[in-house]
Amino acid sequence: MKFVHSPLLSQPLPAWRARLVLLGLLTGFLTLACWSLYLQGFNSSFLQEKGASRYSRVIEVSATRGRIMDRHGDVLAVSTPVKSIWAIPEDAKLQPAQARGLAALLEMDTRELTRKLASEREFVFIKRQISPNVAEKIAALNLPGIHEQPEYRRYYPAAEVIAHMLGFTGAEDIGQEGVELAFQGMLAGKPGSRRVIKDRRGQIVEDVESIKLPLEGKDVTLALDAKIQYLAYTQLRQALVEHKAKAGGIVVLDAKSGEVLALVNLPTYNPNNRVRLAGAQLRNRALTDTFEPGSTMKPFTAALALEKGKFRFDTTIQTAPGTLTIGGATIHDAHMHGVLTVAQVIQKSSNVGAAKMALTLPAEDMWTMFDSLGFGTPLKLGFPGEVSGRLRPFKSWRPIEQATMAYGHGISVTLIQLAHAYLAFARDGDLVPLSLTKVDTPPLVGKPVFSAQTAHEVRAMLELAVLPGGTAPKAQVAGYRVAGKTGTAHKLDGASYSNKYVASFVGFAPASDPRLVVAVMIDEPSAGIYYGGDVAAPVFSQVMAGSLRALGVAPDAPTRHLQVASDTPIRESM
Amino acid sequence: MLRLNLILLILAVVSAIGTVASNHLARKLFADIEHEQSYMRDLEVEWGQLQLEQSTWANHARVEQIARNRLRMKSPSAGQVISIETAKAGK
Repeated sequence: MKFVHSPLLSQPLPAWRARLVLLGLLTGFLTLACWSLYLQGFNSSFLQEKGASRYSRVIEVSATRGRIMDRHGDVLAVSTPVKSIWAIPEDAKLQPAQARGLAALLEMDTRELTRKLASEREFVFIKRQISPNVAEKIAALNLPGIHEQPEYRRYYPAAEVIAHMLGFTGAEDIGQEGVELAFQGMLAGKPGSRRVIKDRRGQIVEDVESIKLPLEGKDVTLALDAKIQYLAYTQLRQALVEHKAKAGGIVVLDAKSGEVLALVNLPTYNPNNRVRLAGAQLRNRALTDTFEPGSTMKPFTAALALEKGKFRFDTTIQTAPGTLTIGGATIHDAHMHGVLTVAQVIQKSSNVGAAKMALTLPAEDMWTMFDSLGFGTPLKLGFPGEVSGRLRPFKSWRPIEQATMAYGHGISVTLIQLAHAYLAFARDGDLVPLSLTKVDTPPLVGKPVFSAQTAHEVRAMLELAVLPGGTAPKAQVAGYRVAGKTGTAHKLDGASYSNKYVASFVGFAPASDPRLVVAVMIDEPSAGIYYGGDVAAPVFSQVMAGSLRALGVAPDAPTRHLQVASDTPIRESM
Repeated sequence: MLRLNLILLILAVVSAIGTVASNHLARKLFADIEHEQSYMRDLEVEWGQLQLEQSTWANHARVEQIARNRLRMKSPSAGQVISIETAKAGK
């Protein structure tokens, strides 16, 4: 029997039953619609978030810190990934054997390890910056509560030789000293992040979006020449040992471009291993320590005197009897020289001569010259702790002070300021700003301080100073004409001058067309000799000779004119 | 009518399988590129380490020591150096 013929169908059903079913169905649909509206419309963001958290991950994309290279592209500082091991002490319940194994891999004491793991804190670093190989072995141990975290460690292959110039970074790879700090903005990379979809096994299966692109740190190419730096470092170290000196510094500048080719300070430290660091080692003396330059300032006095037309290089000055009394204070010369020309005042380094010249000049002119040479203002190379030195306003100068400033007392400078100021003589009287980074297009003309004529005349006087009869025949360099000036200054001990000295030498070569300026400062030589001409000049000579050779500068003096440096240079005045 | 439905059904199935297949392929390719990128990073790290190694070996102190001690070299004195003028056009 067919269904349609069923007698049951012919029986009329009450109409309310059909309506009831219809109502029930409608209610059901309405509920569903409301619920879906709620889920889709009002609660969707929460649900989507929950869903995404099950498969989508934001992962960090690390960026490496830029490298630091010397002018030839040799790597001076590079970051390489390492791992840091940390633990959640509560989870890290290690068996004694496990602890011993871990301690052995980390090369640390087992007791120290257990002490760290017994800490109350929720997070402890067990050891930072270990090599990735060791980290892999530790991961293979599969210890509970022990975790790894990638980090970067900075290495300095040149170690203590270039320590002060480069500085170093902290554990977070942020520059703390030297170039690392000065160029932090450029060197630092900015880590980025991206959103990905991971599958059940934790593998990335899809790249959803890049939230932030990582920014790799830029490389910095310094003006520094690693070869010259090494040469200066070894020479200075040797001199410090030989003269039992406390400290020292050398600055080598390229006279054409103002680039800093070498900057050495002693004592130094190893930036790769900074466990025992003392403040004295860390100090970048060439930039942060000022000293009274002494006679190395005399050429500036002479230059100003020539510039103002009051003197010519052959104008004579009476320096007898070797003393000069101004307002109760007396200036001495080490030897009595009698009548000297301006050139001879520089050559023999006569205090009286320099003071007499200075007293004919207005204080304001001297101050203006010192100021435009950069004394009294920091060089703004970006180094931490760069100091300005001391140059008092000329209005407060008394005549005796103006006289002593003429030979470098009562004024204090840093070694790099002094080297920078000598650029004016090495160039045609103009000054270019110093640069730590490599300069591709050197400025042709800098800020004029002296006229070219004056610069050339002073250069000729400075050449005399290193010839026999001058204060520093030991500064000579075979094959090249050299010009320079010694300085020997009593150190200020509180308010009075002590019996400690600072020996210095600043010079440039080849004198016919200066290419390099080298400044040497040796602090407290205490092996008996302390004159700049005996202590600093030989270092200058060695560094200059090696640097000129390294740069391939053509000799400008025939070698047969060479004279063996006599052992008894003229003693300069202090 | 029935035939049209059948054709549409087949088309739908083929397209579904195609979507799955291409999605799978895309993920595989993505895994490949991820792999290559991590390889690239590894190589970069190695490059950095090699540079470090090179500058350690080529350390001036080490070069000088080997030159002086093992190879018995020394710097020429001024008298032993002859400088040669190159033509102005040279250099």
